[in-house]
Amino acid sequence: MDRVYILIMGFLSVVIVNNFVFTKFLGTCPYLGVSGRLDTAFGMGMAVTFVTAMSGIMTWLIDFYVLVPLGLEITRYICYIVVIAGAVQLVEMYVKKFFPSLNKSFGIFLPLISTNCVILGLCLFINIWGTDNLLEVAVLSTGTGFGFAVAICIMAAIREKLILVDVPDSFKGAPLTLITAGLLTLAFMGFTGMIR
Amino acid sequence: MADENPVKINYLAALTAGLWRENPTFRLLIGMCPPLAVTTAVKPALTMGLSVIFVLVCSNLAISLMRNLLRPHLRIIMFTLSIATFVTICDLYLRAFQPVMSEILGAYVPLIIVNCIIIFRAEACASKNNVWVSILDGIGTGTGFTIALCIIAGIREILASGSFFGIAVMPRGFVPWAAMQMPVGAFVTLGLLLGLASLLTTKRTS
Repeated sequence: MDRVYILIMGFLSVVIVNNFVFTKFLGTCPYLGVSGRLDTAFGMGMAVTFVTAMSGIMTWLIDFYVLVPLGLEITRYICYIVVIAGAVQLVEMYVKKFFPSLNKSFGIFLPLISTNCVILGLCLFINIWGTDNLLEVAVLSTGTGFGFAVAICIMAAIREKLILVDVPDSFKGAPLTLITAGLLTLAFMGFTGMIR
Repeated sequence: MADENPVKINYLAALTAGLWRENPTFRLLIGMCPPLAVTTAVKPALTMGLSVIFVLVCSNLAISLMRNLLRPHLRIIMFTLSIATFVTICDLYLRAFQPVMSEILGAYVPLIIVNCIIIFRAEACASKNNVWVSILDGIGTGTGFTIALCIIAGIREILASGSFFGIAVMPRGFVPWAAMQMPVGAFVTLGLLLGLASLLTTKRTS
């Protein structure tokens, strides 16, 4: 029971309290770039969740069973980036085969998932946190991707309404999006300190 | 010697493009993580900027040297692997000689690997141009990025703790504006600066 409690708390922690987008500024590029429409944002969130979960688990396995026993920590970053690129390639092939319409609306942003900071950031933070059991790693990885999906969907929903608002010309687009993001962060700051 | 002049202009343009006209943070809006994450004070921001300049110049140099050997489908993976190598060098150097800064920057140093600026310059400039243009382009873009980081960090540090580069600058009765140290301060500062930048450019063109 205790372990289940820890896992649930860990999941809630990375989704809401320590959301990577709001507290660590990771994944800001797609967060600002792909959040124009809700359906694209949702698809992006799901793709990132899948890649995050997969690469989080795989990099932890590689780190724990290959790099540390062999004393090859120096090549850590290179190994991580190769795993992530492979996972993204897999998602790209899957989406192309089964969801051709979604593939069209993603365009260039799909291969660019591999340069999404959330994914590499998660792999590095799992290392920094020193998580030492596979189940916990799986839950944290999925939760982080899910947290990104939540953040980008909230942003997209707000931006769909913001199109109708009359703002000064120079603030249209990115500046307004950033200020909105700031206010969203302020709202999520209310959760600070609830867990860990 | 008729074609000497255009070549000179080309080199100068490569160096100055990144400063304002193609400034990665204010004009192109790429690589937005560091400007938000490491700008609570000027010193870490400057360290981050210098690291990016180092990685950008080295990766531009390496990619420009192997540009004739690249195959289209293996291009991106070659870019990322060479960038990851230089970031590893930079991270080890910071850990050995700047342990305090390395502690503050933490995971954001390895995250330079996925910074869009570097891969964008590799794709747009280094894989098409000769070595000298690529190096100048790396210096220019990196400097533009560093200046942007320092501007944001300067505003946030002065307002949040009343100091600049660790030296107190505000008068005694100054009440620190704690929100500027938090994520919300980063987003709002950058948003307002971007608004200012687009205001300036629209004024100049019209």
